[in-house]
Amino acid sequence: MAFNSTDSYIVSEQLASAVNAAVTLQKPLLIKGEPGTGKTRLAQELADSLNTELLQWSIKSTTKAQQGLYEYDAVSRLRDSQLGSDKVHDISNYIKPGKLWQAFTAEKRPVLLIDEIDKADIEFPNDLLHELDQMAFHVYETGEHIEARQRPIVIITSNNEKALPDAFLRRCFFHFIQFPDAETLAQIAQVHYPNLHQQLLEQALELFFDLRHTPGLKKKPSTSELLDWIRLLVAEDISAEQLQQSRQRNSAIPLTGALLKHEQDIELVERLRRVN
Amino acid sequence: MLIEFFQLLREQGVKTTITEWLDLLEALKQRVIFADVDEFYYLSRMILVKDESLYDRFDRAFAQYVERVAATDVADKIPKEWLENALKRELSEQDKARIKQLGSLEELLKTFQERLREQQERHQGGSKWIGTGGTSPFGAYGYHPGGIRIGQHGNRNRSAAKVWDKREFADLDDDARLEQRGFQIALRNLRQFARTGAATELDMDATLTATARQGGLLDLQWQPERHNAIKILLLLDVGGSMDDHIYQVEQLFTALKGEFRHLELYYFHNCPYEGLWRSNRRRRTEQIPTEQVIQTYGEDYKLIFVGDATMGPYEIAYPGGSVEHWNQEPGQVWLQRLLRKFPKAVWLNPQPQAHWRYYPSVGMIQEILSERMQPLTLSGLQQAIEVIK
Repeated sequence: MAFNSTDSYIVSEQLASAVNAAVTLQKPLLIKGEPGTGKTRLAQELADSLNTELLQWSIKSTTKAQQGLYEYDAVSRLRDSQLGSDKVHDISNYIKPGKLWQAFTAEKRPVLLIDEIDKADIEFPNDLLHELDQMAFHVYETGEHIEARQRPIVIITSNNEKALPDAFLRRCFFHFIQFPDAETLAQIAQVHYPNLHQQLLEQALELFFDLRHTPGLKKKPSTSELLDWIRLLVAEDISAEQLQQSRQRNSAIPLTGALLKHEQDIELVERLRRVN
Repeated sequence: MLIEFFQLLREQGVKTTITEWLDLLEALKQRVIFADVDEFYYLSRMILVKDESLYDRFDRAFAQYVERVAATDVADKIPKEWLENALKRELSEQDKARIKQLGSLEELLKTFQERLREQQERHQGGSKWIGTGGTSPFGAYGYHPGGIRIGQHGNRNRSAAKVWDKREFADLDDDARLEQRGFQIALRNLRQFARTGAATELDMDATLTATARQGGLLDLQWQPERHNAIKILLLLDVGGSMDDHIYQVEQLFTALKGEFRHLELYYFHNCPYEGLWRSNRRRRTEQIPTEQVIQTYGEDYKLIFVGDATMGPYEIAYPGGSVEHWNQEPGQVWLQRLLRKFPKAVWLNPQPQAHWRYYPSVGMIQEILSERMQPLTLSGLQQAIEVIK
């Protein structure tokens, strides 16, 4: 199998070969990169291209590793016991399989996305070491042993908010998504808006890269912001000439709100454009 | 050969382990890639390096390795199948027709190997090997002295030797200066959680235990919320030579403010003396005696100085040395008093570390702080955190 760019998703050569290597060698693939460069999207596209299920486990600051395996709902068992329900005698009624369990027992080799692993507690990745390595775990409440039928394809994304433990990193492959160059970005935009006017796209990209190169921005606009902006430009019927004028005269960029998300950034850019 | 690469990586400070190296060998065995330096570069980087801040070091090691490989006799080292495969992939229909004229593929390979060796011996740039569209059957690709490039599949805006030579990731190296986000991430290592205050959170475990003890009757248990219990006393040098570093210090301050509830900030100029101030606008009128600051905060406060420590040596060592006022006692006495009260202390210096040795005052401060000065970079901050933890 070979994963590659699709009609709706442009993937760089390096990323494609990283994904292919991880799939072949059955290792989890850790993806880092600026927000908005399509890290999460990758797992969806990979699942689509393999025609298999995507299991998405979104990590929050309160997520525990155990929740990915299974949860024992003690509270509802307690309630049932007080109401005198018959279910209460079988403990497995209260064991809820988590995403890892689902992935292990899926019919077809699924794609398991562990999204934003850095959001969780610092020890979280360590708690998953054994499970990701052996692809098996034990259910203490029922004495069951859950083993993967086939090793799921594991994609892990991180925004670099916390350093991940070395022991965990050793077991993963790692790819850092670089911000795409102008050419790739143009391809991406065309995939999303096939009927886009060529001139408008060129002008928009030039303005976009000008903006990205502004020193001191708190949050640089990224691919997803560019796509939103282009959609707005089309919806508002803004022409390539208008963009060109704004570029040449250094006047305000139309609809900057879609590109810059911090108030200070908007002020900074306006000030700089006035000065120039 | 790959062992050498592994060693070079470790020399450059990329902490690659044997497990990862075995993974790489496994990947090569499984033929994830085939005889292509570019792909080998990406594959090995993906498997051996797990942190983009180390990419630059990896690039350096890779460049060295490729140089060494290029210096060996390629003709002998390349297995025949590689050449065959590279050839098959590169040859156009025309070339293939010409192969027939030249005889078998085997013969062609032999000639090719000979020519490679010939070039190696003469140490030429090998212009006759690189030309494309010529009459030579090897024309579609060439042997590149700066890096092996046997299979040259459609140049996609980059050439083999350049990917790692460009060193695009130099900015990401740990020693590069920091943005606020980076500071914040680093500061998280300095967390110490403790539960204090009113019990407002449901304690699930205790509730379960208590309920079980009651024979199944719900017995709710509560506990206070968790908070970061670290306390910081921040002393900032302002004015004068510090003006060059305002941006960096601002970033550090914002990050600190976001992370710690107990953060006390005072300013000084060049070196702390008997008075500190909390607002720069009212520094002349509202100085707070340093003695009072020392009395107010407990020794569990972590003391962080931020300053470039560049000043006249007399500003540290002599009474009356201050550039702004007459000080009864020299700066070092006040520094020592502060350090005695707050043993967990560190000095962060926004000056690049390479410049420190030009200023005697930096050395003096270092001595007073028993070498606890760190540059204001990510790795410096991390080390500083280790010191005051």
